[in-house]
Amino acid sequence: MALSAPQIPRWFNSVKLSSFIIATQLRKHFPRPGKTLLHGFSAQPQMSSDNYFLQWGFKTYRTSSLWNSSQSTNSSRQEIGSAQGTLLPSMNEQTQKTENIPSFDSELSLEALDDLPPVSPLQLVSEEEAIQIIADPPLPPDTYTLRDYVDHSETLQKLVLLGVDLSKIEKHPDAANLLLRLDFEKDIKQILMFLKDLGIEDNQLGTYLTKNYAIFSEDLENLKTRVAYLQSKNFSKAHIAQMVRNAPFLLSFSVERLDNRLGFFQKELELSVKKTRDLVVRLPRLLTGSLEPVKENMKVYRLELGFKRNEIQHMITKVPKMLTANKRKLTETFDYVHNVMSIPHHLIVRFPQVFNTRLFKVKERHLFLTYLGRAQYDPVKPNYISLDKLVSVPDEIFCEEIAKASVQDFEKFLKTL
Amino acid sequence: MAAPMVPTTFGRGTVRHFRSGAAISPAGAARASGMGSRGLARLHGLFAVYKPPGLKWKHVRDTVELQLLKGVNAGKAPAPEQRVRFLLGPVGDGEEKALTLTATSVPTLTNHPLVCGPACTSLKIGVGHRLDAQASGVLVLGVGHGRRLLTSMYNAHLTKDYTVRGLLGKATDDFCDEGRLVEKSTYDHVTREKLDRILALIQGSHQKALVMYSSLDLQTQEAYEMAVRGLIRPMNKSPMLVTAIQCIHFAPPEFLIQVQCMHETQKQLRRLVHEIGLELKTTAVCSQVRRTRDGFFTLDDALLRTHWDLHSIEDAIQAAAPRVAAELERSLGPGLGTQQLQDPGRPWDSRGPSSALGLESCAGH
Repeated sequence: MALSAPQIPRWFNSVKLSSFIIATQLRKHFPRPGKTLLHGFSAQPQMSSDNYFLQWGFKTYRTSSLWNSSQSTNSSRQEIGSAQGTLLPSMNEQTQKTENIPSFDSELSLEALDDLPPVSPLQLVSEEEAIQIIADPPLPPDTYTLRDYVDHSETLQKLVLLGVDLSKIEKHPDAANLLLRLDFEKDIKQILMFLKDLGIEDNQLGTYLTKNYAIFSEDLENLKTRVAYLQSKNFSKAHIAQMVRNAPFLLSFSVERLDNRLGFFQKELELSVKKTRDLVVRLPRLLTGSLEPVKENMKVYRLELGFKRNEIQHMITKVPKMLTANKRKLTETFDYVHNVMSIPHHLIVRFPQVFNTRLFKVKERHLFLTYLGRAQYDPVKPNYISLDKLVSVPDEIFCEEIAKASVQDFEKFLKTL
Repeated sequence: MAAPMVPTTFGRGTVRHFRSGAAISPAGAARASGMGSRGLARLHGLFAVYKPPGLKWKHVRDTVELQLLKGVNAGKAPAPEQRVRFLLGPVGDGEEKALTLTATSVPTLTNHPLVCGPACTSLKIGVGHRLDAQASGVLVLGVGHGRRLLTSMYNAHLTKDYTVRGLLGKATDDFCDEGRLVEKSTYDHVTREKLDRILALIQGSHQKALVMYSSLDLQTQEAYEMAVRGLIRPMNKSPMLVTAIQCIHFAPPEFLIQVQCMHETQKQLRRLVHEIGLELKTTAVCSQVRRTRDGFFTLDDALLRTHWDLHSIEDAIQAAAPRVAAELERSLGPGLGTQQLQDPGRPWDSRGPSSALGLESCAGH
């Protein structure tokens, strides 16, 4: 059929590799000014049972009121790897008042196109009509990045201005899909207001949303219920804000799950309610992470390293990170500190920070002190060096005050190891 | 109609960020050539790090790469960009409101770092002569265009200095003091003289091998002069050759020897300690292998772990660049592939790291 010059039918039947985002149809609630072409849209022909048929609309070329032809192309595209393929609606600029919302029709419903008068490409067009032809390149129908859509989507622009890192979000296949479907005014704004009420500052919203973009798909009522539950457990507002900031996925957990987790920690560690609360406030990712490493580590402390129950409780309240530490690193550090440095259990319990430092740091500093003859870790004898002074101070202070040597000497010594 | 400034990725769905090769993203290339390349432009060349014992060399290389990327990507935020669009709007005064297209600059977020990601996602860093996990010492790394200098350094066949610490009385399966114990023996009969004699024997036999593998015709006058000055070494593949070996410290059961060798692996050095023990009619294991010099990079040039960041590495590259160029010019310069007439990497110069050790010149053995 004779179609006018701006019409560009395209067919894409190429097979794509790895993950890609496929554009899909527009949301149905886009207003369509007086078009009758949508009726063919819902009847999608099926080529085969396991193919997806995706249609997308392009920004159309709009002419003057003389002929309202709108271009659209559609094609069928095979989705490769159902886990990876995602659907993205193509975006339209909503800021341009002269833009036409693109409409599309099925390639096979040709009766709509018969309504248009056939136009020859050589037909002369008046100046006003020529000006109103919009020939911007269409949005790519599928892409692997959100860069192509960010200038055409208010939602994305506002998120970037908030500080959300889109390059990290687009790595998750469903996330980009979700963000593009959302409308800033309706969905996102409510959740942002809720987070601000909770106590998260403006400049922290960006990092929060980068981690937990899925909060936009949560129901506001559910979020409010969860916050109410935490408040009922006597967490103060500031504490809740701190917990949510440090563990972004906290609000995505249901009330039952949170309850189970809190109960688990209280039973397993046998701490009082107040101490459990403080522990969870200091390290809220205990509630969102897996519980298996915690159980493993408790067994390691009790059976392998030989600490008593009250010693473990004391260490954990001081350094909560010990609950989620790597088992191999724990045993290596303990082996060095207890067997090589000959530090007994009761001293290690007093300074649990040694389990939170890198092993090479402990080794280097201990070897330097041994070389200088200052490696004295017994509090009874003179020139005693406590473990936390050994591990927690920066290099300069360690060299000056504890080893009584210069940093250059320390570096020379390190080069002899 | 003007095309928009934003490059479309139409039909390029298979293009991704690559991890293995050059990984400056398609938009990052445009940005990196502007601001970021100031950091990247100076990051080409050779530098040395001090590999601590217990770390694999690949881990060292990856850590250095991460720290460099942190430094490169930590520049200031780029200025907000604009793109030109032709917008349709009524223009004109009074009643005649003609619709015209006006060119306007509108802000664009397409190249914003939060949308594209960091400009640089990986750097090309190569490793020179490798060190195994238990060994420590000078490890030469090449970044960017400096990697081709790594090949030149390899082809120059320079010698390397090691200090090897041995322990008498034990024998293990992997010649290391943490291996499975195979044998224990007494070592009271071992004296310093016996050890020195053994080491001299080793050096002598390796000297013969040096001449043999260097495929020089010793009947010529040039070759004789080179041999007198002690400059002969093989310029192609050969087994491990020890050019000099000396005992620095002897306190039984421990002893410390300094080895200058080429085409070696650290395992062969440990086996050498084991063989020294056998020659002494006892057994020995190796407790420490430490490289003090690799070609022209010494311990002073090696960067410690605390200095693995962009500025220190750039300074190290700058400091080493003239020396690298001079040495490679001399070693490989006129007549690539022919025998050397120049100095093979200064074994016993005052620039050597252990000046307190009283080294003899290699011609006097």
